[in-house]
Amino acid sequence: MTLINKVLGREDTRSLTMNEAHPHSWLDAGTQGVIGKPLDRVEGPLKVSGQATYAAEYPVERLSYGVLVRAPFGSGKITDVVADAARSLPGVIDVITDYPSFIRNPQQGGEKKAPTQGVEKVDYHGEIVAIVVAETFEAARDAAAQVKVEYEPREGSYVFAAHRDQADRPPPDQIPPHMAKGDLDTAMADAAFSIDETYTTPSQNSAAMEPHASIAEWKDGALVLHGSYQMVASDQMQLAAALGVGKDKVRIISRYVGGGFGSKLGIAPESVAAAIAAKRLDRPVKVAMARQQVFDATVRRSNTEQRIRLAADAHGKLTGLGHETLASNLPGEDYFEPAGIGTQFAYAAENRLIDHKLVRLNWLLSGSMRAPGEAVGMLALEAAMDELAYKVGIDPIELRRRNEPAIDPTNDVPFSTRQLIPCLDKGADLFGWSDRKAEPAGDRRGEWLHGTGVAAAVRSNMLQKSSATVELTGEGRAIVSTDMTDIGTGTYTILAQIAAETLGLPLESVTVQLGDGAAPPSAGSGGSWGAGSSGSSVYLACEGLREKLAKAMGVEVEAMTLKDGRAIAENRAVDIAELAGDGMTVTGTIAPGKQEKLHRQASYGAHFAEVKVNVTTGEVRVERMLGVFSAGRILNEKTARSQCLGGMTFGIGAALTEELVHDPRNGKVVNRDLAEYHVPVNADIPQIEVAFLDERDIHANPIHAKGIGELGISGAGAAIANAIYHATGVRVRDYPITCDKLLAELPAV
Amino acid sequence: MKTFDYARADSVEAATRAGGRFIAGGTNLLDLMKLQVETPEKLVDISRLDLNTIEEREDGGLTIGALVPNSDLAADPRVIAKYEVLSRALLAGASGQLRNKATTGGNLLQRTRCYYFYDTAAGCNKRQPGSGCEAIGGFNRIHAILGTSDQCIATHPGDMPVAMRALDAVIVTQKADGDKRRVPIGDFYRLPGDTPHIENVLEAGELITHVELPAPTVGRHLYRKVRDRASYAFALFSVAAVVTVEDGIITAAALAFGGVAHLPWRNPAVEAALVGKAPSDETFNAAADALLDGATGFGTNDFKIPLARRTLIASLREVTQ
Repeated sequence: MTLINKVLGREDTRSLTMNEAHPHSWLDAGTQGVIGKPLDRVEGPLKVSGQATYAAEYPVERLSYGVLVRAPFGSGKITDVVADAARSLPGVIDVITDYPSFIRNPQQGGEKKAPTQGVEKVDYHGEIVAIVVAETFEAARDAAAQVKVEYEPREGSYVFAAHRDQADRPPPDQIPPHMAKGDLDTAMADAAFSIDETYTTPSQNSAAMEPHASIAEWKDGALVLHGSYQMVASDQMQLAAALGVGKDKVRIISRYVGGGFGSKLGIAPESVAAAIAAKRLDRPVKVAMARQQVFDATVRRSNTEQRIRLAADAHGKLTGLGHETLASNLPGEDYFEPAGIGTQFAYAAENRLIDHKLVRLNWLLSGSMRAPGEAVGMLALEAAMDELAYKVGIDPIELRRRNEPAIDPTNDVPFSTRQLIPCLDKGADLFGWSDRKAEPAGDRRGEWLHGTGVAAAVRSNMLQKSSATVELTGEGRAIVSTDMTDIGTGTYTILAQIAAETLGLPLESVTVQLGDGAAPPSAGSGGSWGAGSSGSSVYLACEGLREKLAKAMGVEVEAMTLKDGRAIAENRAVDIAELAGDGMTVTGTIAPGKQEKLHRQASYGAHFAEVKVNVTTGEVRVERMLGVFSAGRILNEKTARSQCLGGMTFGIGAALTEELVHDPRNGKVVNRDLAEYHVPVNADIPQIEVAFLDERDIHANPIHAKGIGELGISGAGAAIANAIYHATGVRVRDYPITCDKLLAELPAV
Repeated sequence: MKTFDYARADSVEAATRAGGRFIAGGTNLLDLMKLQVETPEKLVDISRLDLNTIEEREDGGLTIGALVPNSDLAADPRVIAKYEVLSRALLAGASGQLRNKATTGGNLLQRTRCYYFYDTAAGCNKRQPGSGCEAIGGFNRIHAILGTSDQCIATHPGDMPVAMRALDAVIVTQKADGDKRRVPIGDFYRLPGDTPHIENVLEAGELITHVELPAPTVGRHLYRKVRDRASYAFALFSVAAVVTVEDGIITAAALAFGGVAHLPWRNPAVEAALVGKAPSDETFNAAADALLDGATGFGTNDFKIPLARRTLIASLREVTQ
């Protein structure tokens, strides 16, 4: 453990790099009793009363309104943007094009450089190539429809299947695209039972309720951008680089985000267009992307084609495990959907092969969407495990029990914690799994075939460098400041709980200020690392404040108890406000260290689903679902549960309804609104139960919590697919499992 | 959205003479205007006209005002008791919020959900005559299999009109010159042919004022809708059925179908295959044969042909039990 306590007047810092396990946590003292409690969101009243300001809602003087213009073709070179008619319309200020500076596509999360720029050469249908600015939104929107983009078409690649043979392996990144151990082919040849199947998943869109939106305002050569972004610090760098200004010249404010799910990790076209227009016109410009533009020109989860090979001995013990993925992206973009990431450690098997390749297509950018990798990878792996269980003739839970690894089978390191089997066992108990009859298609009630399915959930845990400042005021209030974001996950609430618990303050005495790029840089919201990373930085700052309070009280920090705004030690009780004097401030910083290499850190879960399938039409309805999860300390049972409910709902969408369709002739997104891109609606979601296992992960961070936002989706859809098989005896390997795919295999009517 | 004039009509006469596009609930038109799929110069707001009641007529039928919201119509005790198929169809449509706003007259005129109709960058003969049909050769999962033309394969997306077609509803209109006419729903809609942009027989300024339902018949009612999610999804296939079985013989049958054609589909041959026969799988298959005679898929909607057959057979089984 590297622990630096630097005393520079009020500018105190407290840093921790996770090189060693960190068994102690003040959160375990339980003195204030707010950590873990199922508390309502602290910002909830602001949101439901419309007072929470989302990106496009800030009142700004002299505001003008921008509407983006798309390229109406799939591949080609723009020859002209004819805008005279648009410019002459009443209220129109200007139509602005800037081919070199406009971004071709959004940036990936966490990158520090600008996304690919240059839009004269168009690489996908709907690429944003111009912006119309007007005195009113309506005038801008009308004018944008009058702008004519003329072009020379070029040949494009629009059909995945037609180009799959030209797939290339992307360069190694944080996630290696290729990993091999032993000899899978021989293991397959020698296997008593084997599975060799291909599963496909379509492009998907995060479909966040709030569209991407920005208000750009320049003041004295510096840009303030109210945006809807998940990772403010790196987004500022991306935006500064795209605009060619110093990174200290861009400040992003993203206080409330109406859902991101990965689509707002990196900057999107509206921010750059708004900033360029605002600078040229010397006026603030607001741009909210239309829903259709969000589908056309932000970011999708890649479609995948995944070949799973499982080799097992006579008892179902895996000897070989292969997971080869083809994903797609634009030319020049190396992000690949890491579908095999969970397969690295999900199950033991001596001979292993994990591979990823990219098919280059003229479709919009692919990037991270909720649980990149596991969300679709486990749709394949966990369905294949179910297929294997039937082949071996054992219960699918028993199959997983027999393949539980003692140590991480890829890196040969211990697991920090691993409760996959306890999750499955507890789930089996709560769900009534033991009553299940194994054979498929055995439960018909009228027109409905009923079935149940199970799938495991694994999701890598990550820690990112993150800072937060906590000020303890002379009034006994704590003010938490960080550029961390709350994308609907509950960040405001859990950070307040961590500060309240550590400082012995009532929750109402804590104010959390998020999303301002002027505040200490955080990990941002992504990869489920937000709570662990940002929460640890707040914890460290508060730990520093505890020491300051002890010093002010003249006692040892270990001897001091903080509760209800009072410090108690040596038979004395003093108000924290009094001890804080003129106020004390500490900035906490957490950073990843050796622990993440020395241990495989992940969160685990088990999904159970009951479905019914209409034997006439193939329509699937989910009857009930249960998820049991272990993810370290649960910081707030209510927001954590909501995260899992949301993830499981995403899983239902992935299994049954969600598919972003690309037109085979030009790559255009065909179903570009919420009526035709089918996210599940309330009527699709049954009673969902969520249970957590008690756990602390001392290798993860000082608050012992792990990521949960993406755990709920991992494996959820596979449980449904497996239940559909159990109900019908039909195995559909092409997601989503819409009625047409079942129809041909169902019994005659 | 283009700028437009707005006028509020205070009488049916004034509305028909106002020379604009009528708007009531606006659940469809406003969306289309935002996308400039529709660009009316003038909107005539008819939402305050006195057309929002449901009246019983002397002949035992119902006269439904054009402004009766979908949710009110679905919940009306007379509709539930005597026109159950209509209530069920209404509740199968859209979402609770939309049904509160959508009106009876407006719902009859709901425009297709064809993806290419909605995208002004795509060729669409319905939106822009002569610009081609990109649904043909494109993604056409939700498109028609019956009555299509090489100009258009769009479907009518509604549920309510399908039930009304099975019930032989009559659409009552008033023209700008004051003339009123009563158009049987079977004559109201047009197949796409070479003019898919002309969807019905309404003339300029002609306003739907009422929908008349004939006196109820005795048969059993059924509305079954197959869709991609449990709510807020348009029909892949739907069937509205009113069928009477007496002494083991089908004596009357009225069936209409959604999700398969440019209009709420009804084919007398389907009913002829049923009436006078005993309910049996053979009879039901004959009805399905009649329905699907000449049905053509366009690739991604090919599944609708077996889906329609299966769903029709199961529906007939249910309604004749």
